[in-house]
Amino acid sequence: MTKESKNTATIERLIAQHKSMPGGLLPLLHAIQAAIGHVPETAVAAIATGLNLSRADVHGVISFYHDFKTHPVGRHRVQICRAEACQSMGSRQLEAHAKKTLAIDYHQTTDDGQVTLEPVYCLGNCACSPSVRVDDNVYARVDAQRFDALIAALGASQ
Amino acid sequence: MSQFYVPQDTTALALGADAVANALRDEGVEPTRNGSRGLFWLEPLLEVASDAGRIGFGPVAANDIPAILAALANDPSEHPLYLGEICEIPYFKQQQRLTYARAGVGDPLCLDTYQRLNGFVGLKNALSMSPQAIVDQVAQSGLRGRGGAAFPAGIKWQTVLDAVPKATRRHPEGGQKYIVCNADEGDSGTFADRLVMEADPYQLIEGMTIAGLAVGATQGYIYLRSEYPVAHRLLDIALQRAAEENFIGDNIQGSGRDFHLEVRLGAGAYICGEETSLLESLEGKRGMVRAKPPLPAIEGLFGQPTVVNNVLTLAAVSTVLERGAPAYESFGMGRSRGTLAIQLAGNIKRGGLIELAFGVTLREIVEDYGQGTHSGLPVRAIQVGGPLGAFMPESQWDTPLDYEAFAQIGAMIGHGGIVVFDSSADMAAQARFAMEFCVAESCGKCTPCRIGAVRGVEVIDRILADEHRADNMILLHELCDTMEMGSLCAMGGMTPYPVRSAITHFSSDFSRR
Repeated sequence: MTKESKNTATIERLIAQHKSMPGGLLPLLHAIQAAIGHVPETAVAAIATGLNLSRADVHGVISFYHDFKTHPVGRHRVQICRAEACQSMGSRQLEAHAKKTLAIDYHQTTDDGQVTLEPVYCLGNCACSPSVRVDDNVYARVDAQRFDALIAALGASQ
Repeated sequence: MSQFYVPQDTTALALGADAVANALRDEGVEPTRNGSRGLFWLEPLLEVASDAGRIGFGPVAANDIPAILAALANDPSEHPLYLGEICEIPYFKQQQRLTYARAGVGDPLCLDTYQRLNGFVGLKNALSMSPQAIVDQVAQSGLRGRGGAAFPAGIKWQTVLDAVPKATRRHPEGGQKYIVCNADEGDSGTFADRLVMEADPYQLIEGMTIAGLAVGATQGYIYLRSEYPVAHRLLDIALQRAAEENFIGDNIQGSGRDFHLEVRLGAGAYICGEETSLLESLEGKRGMVRAKPPLPAIEGLFGQPTVVNNVLTLAAVSTVLERGAPAYESFGMGRSRGTLAIQLAGNIKRGGLIELAFGVTLREIVEDYGQGTHSGLPVRAIQVGGPLGAFMPESQWDTPLDYEAFAQIGAMIGHGGIVVFDSSADMAAQARFAMEFCVAESCGKCTPCRIGAVRGVEVIDRILADEHRADNMILLHELCDTMEMGSLCAMGGMTPYPVRSAITHFSSDFSRR
């Protein structure tokens, strides 16, 4: 089975699971993204048919929320908190450092496909700022050195 | 035999609590993973309970463990990280903990621990009361919504209790009412909801179930932000265990009453913390703000009567029903009753969760509890109430934390987040950021918010570049007026607060370059 037809089968299965759930579109999109890493644009028609929505509705929801991606992203998602508490502790410098060392801007992926860099507005760790989230782990008091160590550890676990 | 505790909340984990727990296991000690006490500057905080009481060490690193264990065998107070009895630490001892009374005491997922610490007493009381009697208790307690708007919870609940669900195609006899918990805690500098969900999740479950009994709703949703993966994991387990022990579900504890509860995950949109936008999102739509009326209490989720309350409001309900309305109402000042979960954050030496009755001043919190800035530089500005809150200069720090007192000076308590900035802060850059944040997070429904914020960034840039500074300053004020008057919700309506306060109190920052 090709990767594409496997993805299509996964999406069909998830649509079937969510079609009768009240307000099921967000849970469905989360499930698709968890399974295949993003919500492919080719899935919009199937989702619309399955949930009895228009394609415009589905596209509108996907494009509204920062979390949903329509294209493949890096193996790891690295988020730097840009909110005020982290700014008060130097997150602006951390952002600049991260962009420079990874040689990418926000919403871009490193050439090796390892890291996608994203801004985030608050991780709820505001007493020990600046905060960074790598996949599902949050890290506190992240300075340039600690950031480099986190990124190096991703390479080691590849 | 001593019992060891290492917290499993986001902040403790972010500072290496797992490594500390593993270091203990390497020494043959299995720690209990408790919730955090909220004394975040001490995390990871290792606690040891023995016959002599419960003592703490912190902040602990994994490589401190062998020496701590050795000290415990002799004289624990010899160790440099020794903190003494946890309950005697002034930061903790001086608090008035109601909502956070259980936080950090034990395993947050253990139902026995929860019940041993008076958990589900409020629910059991509620099960023997009429819906109207429960609503009366909440009204008498003086509890106001803790999400930011401070609307009296009792009035909201009464409206939903009195509302009649609309007939639907599937339920021609009338649909159902809903309880929705707003756990989309997006304000920078806030973590009080997170701490409840991670350190005492059953309290929220209990409060929501009581709300369901009070207004006649049988379905509840916790709308949780996706930025909280630890809270998500813990809540899911807690819900499963609560269902297994029949504290939620059908025929709760043999009472004949039903209440079903599930977690729904947000998707990274700040605006979904606004209640009508949250309801749209729960319905599976774009999180676009709705015009009010109709109020959500009359036409809320799927068009049905809905209670939408913040995590802290619903958690407080379990205290009200456990101890009675007069006990809760005895805390606080003026029309602000009960306790406030103050979250001390940003550039601060001792950041954390401070639960106190309303009325304490900002200065006491920042100077006495917080001990000044983390950097050691003087405090310059304090932002209270999240990204839409004003920047307060030193002349305002003696304002008591009370909804009305803050409103009088054009500030707001909001969800209780306090972000401290030291003297290196550039308040013009912060004003620009307030507009930039609105650009990123506006839902787009109201033109003044959607486009005004973009223009706001541009105008501030021109002011900072000294292009017709005086004229552009007038333009910025007019733009702020337009956003304030012409937006449906607080996103556009209050983004001018931080901007204007920065201009008023820190004007030199706008002409520095």
